[in-house]
Amino acid sequence: MSVPTTASSGPVVRAEDVRVWYGTERGPVRAVDGVTFDLRPGEILGLVGESGCGKSTLGRGLLGLLPDGAKMDGALEFRGENLLTLSKRELAERRGVDLGMIFQEPLTRLNPLMRISEHFRETLRTHEPGLSKAEMDRRALDVLRRMGIPPTRYRSYPHEFSGGMRQRLMIALALVLRPAFVVADEPTTALDVLVEAQIIRILHDLRREFETSLLLITHNLGIVAEACDRVAVMYAGEIVEIGDARQVFSDPQHPYTRELLRSTISLSTTGLHYIPGAPPDLVEPPPACKFHPRCPDAMQVCATRWPAPVQLPAGSRAQCWAAEERNRLIRLTEDERRPLERRELSVADEA
Amino acid sequence: MASAAQGSLPRYVVQRLLLMIPMIWVVVTVVFLLLRVAPGDPVSASVGGRLSEEELDRRREALGIDRPLWQQYLEYLGDVARFRFGESLSDNRPITSIIIDNGGATLTLTLGAFLVALVIGIPLGLVAGRRRDSAADVGIRLFGITSYAVPVFVTGLVLVLLAGGTGWPTYDIASPITKFQVEPVTHILLVDALIAGDMGAVGDVLQHHVLPCLTLGLLLCGVFIRLVRVNLLMTMKGDYVEAARARGIPERYVVRRHAFRNALVPLITVLGLQVALTLAGAILTERTFNWPGLGTQLVDYLNARDYPAVQGLVTFFAVIVVVTSLIVDIVNALVDPRVRY
Ligand SMILES: Nc1ncnc2c1ncn2[C@@H]1O[C@H](COP(=O)(O)OP(=O)(O)OP(=O)(O)O)[C@@H](O)[C@H]1O
Ligand code: SF4
Ligand SMILES: [Mg+2]
Repeated sequence: MSVPTTASSGPVVRAEDVRVWYGTERGPVRAVDGVTFDLRPGEILGLVGESGCGKSTLGRGLLGLLPDGAKMDGALEFRGENLLTLSKRELAERRGVDLGMIFQEPLTRLNPLMRISEHFRETLRTHEPGLSKAEMDRRALDVLRRMGIPPTRYRSYPHEFSGGMRQRLMIALALVLRPAFVVADEPTTALDVLVEAQIIRILHDLRREFETSLLLITHNLGIVAEACDRVAVMYAGEIVEIGDARQVFSDPQHPYTRELLRSTISLSTTGLHYIPGAPPDLVEPPPACKFHPRCPDAMQVCATRWPAPVQLPAGSRAQCWAAEERNRLIRLTEDERRPLERRELSVADEA
Repeated sequence: MASAAQGSLPRYVVQRLLLMIPMIWVVVTVVFLLLRVAPGDPVSASVGGRLSEEELDRRREALGIDRPLWQQYLEYLGDVARFRFGESLSDNRPITSIIIDNGGATLTLTLGAFLVALVIGIPLGLVAGRRRDSAADVGIRLFGITSYAVPVFVTGLVLVLLAGGTGWPTYDIASPITKFQVEPVTHILLVDALIAGDMGAVGDVLQHHVLPCLTLGLLLCGVFIRLVRVNLLMTMKGDYVEAARARGIPERYVVRRHAFRNALVPLITVLGLQVALTLAGAILTERTFNWPGLGTQLVDYLNARDYPAVQGLVTFFAVIVVVTSLIVDIVNALVDPRVRY
């Protein structure tokens, strides 16, 4: 078992300028493109953004679970230790105990030929070889009980459980080793709303019971508002805005965050708002601000110079020229401030 | 739900047993009709010229082929239901004794072939799947395709040529002296030799098995290589394999416990499906190696147009296929808990 090397107030996970790209025939797909964030003990960070913007890639990269042909670069620390310099085996040893993962599809994530008990024993035996069988079963049954799975089901096979139960099994399986950091990649997308609420409550209570830090990837902004301390908004491989969840939601600084919030269904709006256009191709993303072809606030500068992430007075961090200008952090020239013309927009859109 | 799934295994077996009846009925009917639409009169075809005209008529009557088709059919069904397969026309042997006398040789040949196929096919398939697109993978795939595509008698011939000059036995199930000395008890020569405790005879019989089993085994092993390889590639990409990695299970256990095991499950089903191919291959193998099995008998009786014998043997083959498919289903249910629904 690893011992925290930094004071407990220090971040559990620190990612700096993390990049992940997949090699394809068309060239590298830059799925994660310079992501920086940290996660404190017991904190829940929501990660949102349109489909294909690199959320799962980032989540997997944090655990070293990328497929062959994917490359990763930057700095990634777990309790002060650089994960990217570890060997494959050393990283595998961290998984499960230090770094956990909960996947989207609970139905297919358990080995159909193995009983639930065997899943637990295999996991516990791998990381704590000294445990007796009785001790392993006690530990497993303890987490299962917390997840509301009766002990009578311990020897059952995965197919004998419902989707919601299987997701709770997956969570129990991830938590039995009490990892300090867990990535939950859309853990409720495959489940119905009532089960979803239940799972989210369980995840939310984790920090109290296990002091687990959670990276919660989701498409559901309601869940973020309810369960997350902070939120990171991802667009085309970049975190375009990150900050306190309530703060970001009540006063979004980045136009993409604003549009994303507007596009969720709310009772007060009629009709559905959506962001025109589609997320860019990550082999050849637009230059400078990657959102500029779709941004309603786009200016000349947005298409020519990349906006570096800056800490804003409101507390959040965003990478957007308009936000910097609005917060009086920079002064743009008349030329730079000129709105990007529609024609240019549509051309860029088609490119 | 859990208890229902566990308690349903006996019910499942009974269900599958009952299902066998219509399957066998269909097979039996098809065999019956196929032999009836073939032109010509089986009696004159098989023993014509050797017997007097009255004797031939007597035989036709005894066979019942002078009566309407539906009567013959019902009678045949009744016979099959009572496991009575009748006698051959050309040499008056009861079909059951043909099966007993010659079935043993076919049984050991096919079991040996399956063994060869599994022992060669599974490891090669696993290696190919693990090292996808490596030189080993390409080589193994080529080997698999070739062994499946080359006709049995060509493989047999090549093996015989390779063995030529070494004195290794290249035909029949045993040397004449072994056949003469071993007392037939079970009519499975290998088992009889073991019962007799004659290790020289056992060795002799085993030696004779090598080339035929290899020939038939190579035909099957192509199927296994392909299947195991594809299954492994699929399971290695499987969600639960990734989930096991995410729990930090060391890669070798991920491969062994999660990927291999799951990749081999469909093999059981395919094993069952290959019984038909194996029997077909066995007939050709037996011809190539002059093997005293049912395949050789079947071909002989076909050439003699001995319809009762052919009908009996084909029915027996069909029943074997149906029964193995039943066994395969039951084994499958024991191995894979999901099947028992
Ligand atoms: N194995 C791969 N090879 C090549 N490209 C990939 C691979 N996996 C993902 N990508 C690409 O990387 C980008 C990011 O994918 P990712 O799955 O991380 O997105 P996501 O934000 O999780 O989307 P979603 O919300 O739909 O789950 C996408 O453009 C995707 O096409
Ligand atoms: S930098 Fe410009 S284009 Fe990008 S989000 Fe801000 S305003 Fe829009
Ligand atoms: Mg995803």
